[in-house]
Amino acid sequence: MTTPAAIPDLLPTAPGAGGAGAPTRQSPIANRKSQDPLWVRVTLTALALGCMTVLVIVPVVSVFYEALSDGLGTYWKTLTADPDTRHSVLLTLTVAPLAVLCNLVFGVAAAWAITRFRFRGRTLLVTLIDVPFSVSPVVAGLMFVILFGLQGFFGPWLRANGLQVLFTVPGLVLATTFVTLPFVARELIPVMEAIGPDEELAALSLGASGRQIFWRVTLPNIKWGLLYGIILCNARAMGEFGAVYVVSGRVAGETCTMPLQVEMLFNEFNTPGAFALASVLTMLAVVTLLLKVWVEGRKKQDSPQRHESHTKEHKEE
Amino acid sequence: MAQANTRVLPGYRLSISFTLVYLSVLVIIPLGACVITAAQLSWDQFRAAVWTERARAAYALTFGAALLAAAISAVVGLLVAWVLVRYEFPGKRVFDALVDLPFALPTAVAGLVFSNLYVANGWLGQFLVPLGIEGSYSRLAIVLVLVFIGFPFVVRTLQPVLEALDAEAEEAAALLGASRWQTFRRVILPALMPGLLTGFALAFARGLGEYGSVVFVSGNMPLKTEIAAFLIVSRLEEGRPNSYREATAIATVLLVASFLMLIVINRLEARSRRG
Amino acid sequence: MSITAQNVTKRFGDFVALDDVTVECPAGELVALLGPSGGGKTTLLRVIAGLEVPDSGTVLFKDDDITKHSARDRNVGFVFQHYALFRHMTVFENVAFGLRVRKWAEPRVRDRVLELLRLVRLEEKAGLYPANLSGGQKQRIALVRALAPEPKVMLLDEPFGALDAKVRSELRDWLRRLHNELHVTSIFVTHDQEEAFEVADRVVVLNKGRVEQTGAPVEVFERPANGFVMDFLGNVNKLPVRVEGGRALLGETGTVELPGRVFGASENGRTDAYVRPHELDLARTADGGNCLLARVLHVNPAGSVVKVRLWAEDFGLMINVDITPERYRALALKPTEPVYITPKAEAVSDTDYAI
Repeated sequence: MTTPAAIPDLLPTAPGAGGAGAPTRQSPIANRKSQDPLWVRVTLTALALGCMTVLVIVPVVSVFYEALSDGLGTYWKTLTADPDTRHSVLLTLTVAPLAVLCNLVFGVAAAWAITRFRFRGRTLLVTLIDVPFSVSPVVAGLMFVILFGLQGFFGPWLRANGLQVLFTVPGLVLATTFVTLPFVARELIPVMEAIGPDEELAALSLGASGRQIFWRVTLPNIKWGLLYGIILCNARAMGEFGAVYVVSGRVAGETCTMPLQVEMLFNEFNTPGAFALASVLTMLAVVTLLLKVWVEGRKKQDSPQRHESHTKEHKEE
Repeated sequence: MAQANTRVLPGYRLSISFTLVYLSVLVIIPLGACVITAAQLSWDQFRAAVWTERARAAYALTFGAALLAAAISAVVGLLVAWVLVRYEFPGKRVFDALVDLPFALPTAVAGLVFSNLYVANGWLGQFLVPLGIEGSYSRLAIVLVLVFIGFPFVVRTLQPVLEALDAEAEEAAALLGASRWQTFRRVILPALMPGLLTGFALAFARGLGEYGSVVFVSGNMPLKTEIAAFLIVSRLEEGRPNSYREATAIATVLLVASFLMLIVINRLEARSRRG
Repeated sequence: MSITAQNVTKRFGDFVALDDVTVECPAGELVALLGPSGGGKTTLLRVIAGLEVPDSGTVLFKDDDITKHSARDRNVGFVFQHYALFRHMTVFENVAFGLRVRKWAEPRVRDRVLELLRLVRLEEKAGLYPANLSGGQKQRIALVRALAPEPKVMLLDEPFGALDAKVRSELRDWLRRLHNELHVTSIFVTHDQEEAFEVADRVVVLNKGRVEQTGAPVEVFERPANGFVMDFLGNVNKLPVRVEGGRALLGETGTVELPGRVFGASENGRTDAYVRPHELDLARTADGGNCLLARVLHVNPAGSVVKVRLWAEDFGLMINVDITPERYRALALKPTEPVYITPKAEAVSDTDYAI
């Protein structure tokens, strides 16, 4: 779990409630700051910024410093010369999008079922979606070893049919998908709950088919929330370590994703190589942050105005 | 009306069956397989697997480090959230965005960097190691990296609560003669408690299962700096006939423990919300 | 095309929203579903539109049972209380939506949409998004969006509920005129009796999931079927009476005969009478005997009638009486003065007891 989407109020009504770093918080707070004496303000700000510097800024700067310490040329060579490293980049660029795609389809289906219908076990379903957040990635990987390993449940059958899941791309995708399963659904459920079904019902009443309702009404309304979920899901999928560590077998040049390759290089005492690759992952993280801030802005613009009287008659029902 | 009470809109069957099949394949069946495999061990075998000296040391370290890191995260997170919401300073928006970096940064990178920063000739280690503070390949290293991963949870749960805080309650307290510190302790902190506990719980849960960053920084010495997740992996890699069942047994303990802790903390949180 | 809802029952958990409701709406009429919040009127409207599935009962359009039909196939124009405009589409695209999903040819879509936008005088807003419209404009767009595919029936949920008073009354008139032109069978939901009486051909009063009364506005107003309707229409004095020999006498022992309506009575004849303030009069003397001594509490002379509030000490009752300004001047009432309340002469003969 790597996101505030994991905040456990199950169906917050406000879109993106808990949904991170909104930089627009001025009005009532501005006149409250004067309540604290100057020395308190300065001390606390300095302490907070100090913590942030030591915890976040110094590490990020040091990644690039270490990676580039021998100059740009060496950096580029370190990064591109090793075929295993090149392969790990390609592998991550394959596995992560596949996992995101699976969870995207799942997230939309789950959010549609949960926010547009009432059925028994609905709360249980919402809880179930959160389960991967509380399972250690290593345990997640282990579960798939149990299922598909040679001593496992389906392992012998798979082997008899010449199929293999562990130590292959499908295994990596499976493990990554499990770990990142909640992201899109957790982002979409509150968004769709807040928008409510009225526009879809209006479209239905105007004669639209299910497909027309989804593509023309639902999707345009949720697109920023969806994109936000995809960004978070993708960041986690690319960085996933524990689960893929267990299912991959760590065969360099075959099943090592970028984070695994970083560890591999680190264990081989190839520190420049490890930092060069780590710097690429860090850049991806920074890009993720920028995208996130941008999408948050758009999402806020799109979020529905809440009507207090909206559910007047039906609230009691 | 905000809720569809009936299945008027299309796609119920399609979406619900897809959701259920997907969850079964990815969550229910694998979890069930894990439990069944652990259950295949006899009680004595199970006990022998999960209650070795090495395993006990690993549990103690995992829980202790996660707990300590979550507590530190709560303090750091409160401080950062407070400053970000209440005060103005240059670069505030950048700092606000940077809080999310630990969410976005792969844990392996975090581990790599932290292990490098705190060694004797590292950027921070050069000052700390002479003072006897070993921030790498030690238990402290594990706590440090878990704080890095955990504090954003606290910041992000507290920010909306702090923003929504009733200014009038604080003003009333001040008018009634409370000092700023008394106001904070008696008025503000109780209001923040549910959010703080939630953030703490999230950081703790994350810390319990964390693997990627810890393997880099801890040194993974059995009995000293080996966490439970690492023990599972090394059991798995031993390749003895029963070793993966033993790994599963330890995993089950970890699973049950983290579910239990979450329930306990949810209760605590519910109580503080009522109070 | 006529609309009939027969024996419709709908529960939400333990809450009974509709309890065996039967409502008929003749072809071409404009019917109001009137009642308090939670009375089930919106639910009934949604059941007719197919946006809610009833637990039992049938919905007929003319003679066709359409209970099992999807909302998509009912060809109903539905106007949502909060408009439910497609927020990411322009006004033009909103109105065109129902035509596009029916695969109308582009020129026809254009003509129809522009015609409708002219009808509501919003053609220059075609390129705007709903967020840029005022409440009244949104409401009109929601109306023509529903009208665009030429629906067989129009259903409107609290169509003017979210608007301020002036826009509200303008749109009310406009809706009435529009209905006179198009003659599409229409049902609208409202909790405002004035709105219902002013616009509708026929009023259905719903309360707690049951139909209390159906009829033309004048019928419902003149002859309320029961205490609830009388109460709900408002502006009425509810007075405890006992019924003796077909006469409603005030209080336990009083001899004042009231002109009001009485709905049902218990064994000993105890019940409530409903008397409208304009059915009472005030007098300085107790001529004729059938009168009640009371004290003036408050007078509101601002308006076409003068509203007087009185306290009848003997019975512990608060009574409202409306008199004409002329009468008010003639009586020269002052607060705390004692005065006699009498039934108005012509009102008494009009009384219909429904014991």
